[in-house]
Amino acid sequence: MEHYNMNLTLKVWRQQNAQVQGSFETYQVKDISSEMSFLEMFDVLNEQLIHEGKEPITFDHDCREGICGACSMHINGKAHGPWSGTTTCQLHMRAFKDGDTIVVEPWRAGAFPVIKDLMVDRTAFDRIIQAGGYISVNTGNAQDANNLPIAKDKADESFAAATCIGCGACVASCKNSSAMLFLSAKVAHLALLPQGEAERKTRVVNMVDQMDKEGFGSCTNTGACEAECPKEISIMNIRRLNSEYIKAGLSGSVAK
Amino acid sequence: MLNSKIPAGELSQKWSSYKNSCKIVNPANKRSLEVIVIGTGLAGASAAASLGELGYKVKAFCFQDSPRRAHSIAAQGGINAAKNYQNDGDSVYRLFYDTIKGGDYRARESNVHRLAEVSANIIDQCVAQGVPFAREYGGMLSNRSFGGTQVQRTFYAAGQTGQQLLIGAYQALERQVALGNVTMYNRHEMLDIVMVDGKARGIIARNMITGKLERHFGHAVLLCSGGYGNVFYLSTNAMGSNVTATWKAHLKGAYFANPCYTQIHPTCIPVSGDHQSKLTLMSESLRNDGRIWVPKKQNDTRKASEIPEEERDYYLERRYPAFGNLVPRDVASRAAKERCDAGYGVGTSKQAVYLDFAAAVIRYGTIECGKVGNHNPTPEEVRTHGLAVVKEKYGNLFDMYAKITGEDPYEVPMRIYPAVHYTMGGLWVDYELMTSVPGLYCLGEANFSDHGANRLGASALMQGLADGYFVIPYTLGNYLADDIRTKAIPTDHPEFVKAEKEVADRINKLMSIKGTQSVESLHKRLGKIMWDKCGMGRTKEGLTEAIAEIQALKKEFWSDVKIPGTVEGMNTELDKANRVADFIELGELMCKDALNRAESCGGHFREESQTEDGEAKRDDENFMYVAAWQYNGDSDWILHKEDLNYEVVHPSQRSYK
Ligand SMILES: Cc1cc2nc3c(=O)[nH]c(=O)nc-3n(C[C@H](O)[C@H](O)[C@H](O)COP(=O)(O)OP(=O)(O)OC[C@H]3O[C@@H](n4cnc5c(N)ncnc54)[C@H](O)[C@@H]3O)c2cc1C
Ligand code: SF4
Ligand code: FES
Repeated sequence: MEHYNMNLTLKVWRQQNAQVQGSFETYQVKDISSEMSFLEMFDVLNEQLIHEGKEPITFDHDCREGICGACSMHINGKAHGPWSGTTTCQLHMRAFKDGDTIVVEPWRAGAFPVIKDLMVDRTAFDRIIQAGGYISVNTGNAQDANNLPIAKDKADESFAAATCIGCGACVASCKNSSAMLFLSAKVAHLALLPQGEAERKTRVVNMVDQMDKEGFGSCTNTGACEAECPKEISIMNIRRLNSEYIKAGLSGSVAK
Repeated sequence: MLNSKIPAGELSQKWSSYKNSCKIVNPANKRSLEVIVIGTGLAGASAAASLGELGYKVKAFCFQDSPRRAHSIAAQGGINAAKNYQNDGDSVYRLFYDTIKGGDYRARESNVHRLAEVSANIIDQCVAQGVPFAREYGGMLSNRSFGGTQVQRTFYAAGQTGQQLLIGAYQALERQVALGNVTMYNRHEMLDIVMVDGKARGIIARNMITGKLERHFGHAVLLCSGGYGNVFYLSTNAMGSNVTATWKAHLKGAYFANPCYTQIHPTCIPVSGDHQSKLTLMSESLRNDGRIWVPKKQNDTRKASEIPEEERDYYLERRYPAFGNLVPRDVASRAAKERCDAGYGVGTSKQAVYLDFAAAVIRYGTIECGKVGNHNPTPEEVRTHGLAVVKEKYGNLFDMYAKITGEDPYEVPMRIYPAVHYTMGGLWVDYELMTSVPGLYCLGEANFSDHGANRLGASALMQGLADGYFVIPYTLGNYLADDIRTKAIPTDHPEFVKAEKEVADRINKLMSIKGTQSVESLHKRLGKIMWDKCGMGRTKEGLTEAIAEIQALKKEFWSDVKIPGTVEGMNTELDKANRVADFIELGELMCKDALNRAESCGGHFREESQTEDGEAKRDDENFMYVAAWQYNGDSDWILHKEDLNYEVVHPSQRSYK
């Protein structure tokens, strides 16, 4: 792999806090190595801003290895940028070339208000989980783990849904700001397992109800979420969610 | 002085007899007892959820925007448990023994035995919560082997075991939040412990969004704040991982034990340049199938594919035939450093060795072809099938490697190098996980307890969950049973006022320095001192220098750091500055501890203490103790020793030959 350096123009959303209006600021960065990650490029820019006596750009990040779901930049019109199946922190500067202009915005969704600059409030996701995204089993209740055989394909499918990192890119890339992909991944993870059976109906009803309360939009099947999900969570989960929801409704489960 | 409160009796009976005799708080009283939990990674989330289920009033804190993002989420390889599902001779005793041995005889027998005992319950609990561990076609749980052991006892969920375990604990926690038993404070950073009449009774936390300081009361405080590997600047830890919570507790009287014990992980992606902000681990499970090698010739500049088989040195297989590529982490890390220092390193930096899957592809491919009746396959058929198996097993790790390096590991061998990964040191705790401060507990990576001088793979997840699900629910009750008459202390109590003022003063002082150097640049310099002089190889001379350098750096920090922005509102640079200031002080103590421990042991090699053939030489006669440091003022500590008594296992020099 050949490495190269590049000079770039960045247009970044700056917003002091939730109460005030934000706007784009333009910055130049020089000698960015193609080996850097996108966030390392932001580190360089922030160091530069600090030395100029300005406030650095605030953004969420932690693991920097694509698993915690903290990073969340909308880059050139795409959630997490140009590479598919990739979080912002795993995007590398090889994706860009010398002279490029890169536009960076926070997630845009009513249910994700901006905290500062590129950082948004995603606690609505926690509240959706609180509404039923769990199996009610207190510590100490469990039987021997192998007493409950689970077919490998079921376990694998459940695992695939459970790999959602809760980043919110699905919401950010949806024109309706729907949280259906996130929600459906959790419903599928638990509905596919025998352990999840007891609460199967109430879970889906309560979680959907909470999603509506949080102000996420409805799903019109555009598929944008699946296309930009960094963990490639399948849109089939939404289909499963819908059928779980209908089944629950037929059996008379209502949100509590 | 140090009372580890290890129950009397035979090793295998200690925990059951403790549980049978410890005090219990009745359900009605639990409702009026408040517990503060700092950190909601595996240790904190499991503790907060379990204590909430029991009926305590729990307040839990984390600095991320959600508990689901704690650093535990990044654990890849797996979690150990003595289930013996594979019928390969595993048992509680064997897991105990391996962990003690892996820790180089620097851990407490009693704690480690308890850990092995509850390990099986952890798997049961997680499966009941819906953690989708890997399974066999028959529907049973699958296991893999991990470095340093000869049985298959590691449970896993592809390369995302930590994620799945944390999501399980997070969901249990959110359920308690919904039920009103736990109040969750996201984006809050604990900045001090509040002591009332000699007991921990609360905390001061900064709301990271508003910048406001808050006071919170608790009958007891649990620190579950993770490890301090970021003292080295570059490590596999998440960017936010820090020592602040435990360091503040240390300044308030909690002893810090074995701070110099850090684990260097052998299989990480090498540093690519000065811009590097963190290092990425490639799970150790890769060593099950990958073969590690360097060229036999020094300074060989050929590509891996151009180096014929007979000119490759599979140095682990050569030096340690019994364990080969599966030697423990410390041995593998040191061996890699040794080869690179001797001029055999690969890649542009020459600070890397190869991890090669070519042989595994052929082995698996042949088996797969056999399964479909093709006993005379072409090399292409073998390769296609073999690659599919490798992809199934390690696909996500290979993808991650490709994204970071731009190289395709299915085509060329990976390049790897050791990196700081885990810290075995931490707050000293007794058998009940209580620190030397009454009412202050420490769980998970933040305490010093169970891994001795080196941690075997897949045992940190086990420890975090053991502490949170199965230990603290008992031991905390034993303390709080005597506290049921203590009313909640109002947070206008003078001790709260004083603690808040101290925190505010320090923040104002930091903000008023208005110097010229960024927090990041000072942190980088600290990291370099630590890695060069208190990393894998240490000498008396180097450590002495490091202490002086760190003291000078501390002065520089407090006179020249530049923090933009204001105290009010969100200020990530201020958050970072608070953390780095604590890392600097910790760094000094780590070097002091390393200097004191003039033996090679576990993860680190003291150059002055080696065998004739260059292997690490432990010194049981002089160092078979836990070094617990008491803070005694600026750059001043008092050493307390807790002798380690081995009643069941007989320490021997480890050999993996
Ligand atoms: C890349 C990687 C892979 C790993 N793989 C494995 C593996 O395969 N098997 C294994 O057994 N172990 C593994 N480990 C080790 C293991 O993941 C960790 O040791 C373990 O998860 C630590 O859990 P914890 O709950 O103690 O801390 P963490 O998960 O680090 O949680 C710390 C918590 O404390 C909070 N916190 C910290 N400071 C403050 C403060 N001042 N105020 C408020 N909150 C605070 C954080 O917000 C967070 O919630 C791995 C580690 C890494 C880095
Ligand atoms: S479904 Fe995908 S995009 Fe949505 S939160 Fe989960 S990982 Fe992120
Ligand atoms: S920082 Fe964790 S996923 Fe990007």
